[in-house]
Amino acid sequence: MLTNCQCFASFARNIFLGGEKMTPEQPKTGFPAILPLGIDGIIVRFADRLNESANQAALGFRAALAENPLAGVEEIAAALTSVYLRFDPSGTSYETLRAAIRNHLCGNWKTARKTTPRRWYIPTVYGGEHGPQLAEMAKLAGMSESAAMAQISGTPLRVMSLGFAPGQPYLGLLPPAFDLPRQSALTKEVPSGALTMAIRQCVLFATPAPTGWRHIGQTRFTAFRPESDTPFPLQPGDEVVFSPVSIDDLARLPPRMEPAP
Amino acid sequence: MSAHLTFHQGGAAISVQDAGRPGYMEFGLSRGGAADLPALAEGAALLGQSEKLAALEMAGMGGVFSASAPLRIALTGAPMRAALEGRILRWNAAHRLEAGQKLHIGAAEKGIYGYLHIGGGLATPIQLGSRSAHLAAGLGKYLPPDSRLPVGPDPDKNMAGLFLPAPQSRFEGGEVRIIASAQTARFDPATLARFEATRFIRSPQGNRQGVRLGYEGAGFTARDQLDTVSEFMISGDIQMTGDGTPYVLLPECQTTGGYPRIGTVIPQDLPIVAQAAPGTPLRFRFIPAQEARANWQSLAQMQARARRAARPLLRDPRSMPDLLSYQLISGVTAGTELDINGENP
Repeated sequence: MLTNCQCFASFARNIFLGGEKMTPEQPKTGFPAILPLGIDGIIVRFADRLNESANQAALGFRAALAENPLAGVEEIAAALTSVYLRFDPSGTSYETLRAAIRNHLCGNWKTARKTTPRRWYIPTVYGGEHGPQLAEMAKLAGMSESAAMAQISGTPLRVMSLGFAPGQPYLGLLPPAFDLPRQSALTKEVPSGALTMAIRQCVLFATPAPTGWRHIGQTRFTAFRPESDTPFPLQPGDEVVFSPVSIDDLARLPPRMEPAP
Repeated sequence: MSAHLTFHQGGAAISVQDAGRPGYMEFGLSRGGAADLPALAEGAALLGQSEKLAALEMAGMGGVFSASAPLRIALTGAPMRAALEGRILRWNAAHRLEAGQKLHIGAAEKGIYGYLHIGGGLATPIQLGSRSAHLAAGLGKYLPPDSRLPVGPDPDKNMAGLFLPAPQSRFEGGEVRIIASAQTARFDPATLARFEATRFIRSPQGNRQGVRLGYEGAGFTARDQLDTVSEFMISGDIQMTGDGTPYVLLPECQTTGGYPRIGTVIPQDLPIVAQAAPGTPLRFRFIPAQEARANWQSLAQMQARARRAARPLLRDPRSMPDLLSYQLISGVTAGTELDINGENP
């Protein structure tokens, strides 16, 4: 039964109990925490700091929920370290769903995930006018431009979440040397397809936008294709390799996608 | 050939809106859709059609419209002065627009978002399951002058005109109910109490992504204001930016964010915030989530409720409480001879 479930031995209490208004409290033991979002949503939070295992947990739990759908749930989504479920208030209740999620979390969902991620190879021109901040970034990371390029392009990065603009991926994690803060001033605009980096992550811009992330390379990848059958080509959990190419090859080579090795 | 509605000129922020695109949160696309969902339901009720059909959302200002064939229209949301060939049209009501007639809709008298609904709905292309323009995502755009919009088949061309005697008041601010949310616990009790006690006004900064709240005094910062991983957020969330200034998020908000959120405006009261013009007073009060869930209504339920409340625009004189104010016919008498002659004096 639920009481046997260690992970919820002392769980975040409902902020409102029995209709009585109470002072909200911080979850006493941490994670995973089940929390409300609006009248028809639930957040399952695996950590309040980004780390590899919390992101893996969010993606894994999201995949497990997709395999075994809970009654009344209309949408499941994974963010960096949390999963969101939206339900139909006329089809289930918050309390019922919360209990079902609790049960689910206590099961062996961590081993349930067996799907092989997809791996994308996205041709990328690093440095120069197409990645004007590669040099600055490499210097901050204490390495040469070519070493930075080799490390970034040699690390299959996982799509940790999509956001800010439709289809736009946050990818990670890069080696610890790349734990660099965002620049304090914004770059006025990076183009669509720009490869940028900060805090051990990369963002591949889906639209032209101002940003505090450093622009280190350029792709021709379109992350939001509203007219297409696959409007969002990238999915959370996908792996991406930003393969270095010349400017000539960038125009010639399409991105390709295959099951990850 | 199907009918068209033409937008000739007018407001710069007119867009096609329906109930939006649920289901794409994970891909970074928020639901979008009409800023005032009850207005969408009311228009559908007045025209006796599905609440899923698309209408024109007019932010602050209407425009000049005409039809290529006779259309039924309905006007809901923020009241705007509307006239058809010089005749004033009642707001919150359905009317006929004959081919070639000019419909003039002016500025919002109160509130922000007015809606022009068409019998059969607007039949603009569907993208990702919706006709809504999502301006922040680059889907669709505000209508440029001389836009021709296709209209769908009218389910009931000859339906009598209806009006809504008393639609939900939501254009003058006031108290807004909120519920605690995933991040409310990041604020200490004193900050929560001060938030409820503060008299806010809607600031000039705002759009379909969200509106900023003005206030006096210190900001409303969380215990760990700048140190957090981004999580999903939804329309209605009240987000505190770096200096603790609240923004209420609206349908085109981003899907995730790292700023702490003090609570969520319940869907029933979100139109009060969306329709608050700059300077409108707003106060927030926490209620238990169960209470908010208990009287929540789906869009279809809102449509059905509005349908029950709607009354015929041309009424039986016996049902008019203010009969004396109507100039029905001049010189009416009780004499039967006039009736026999079949003509008015």
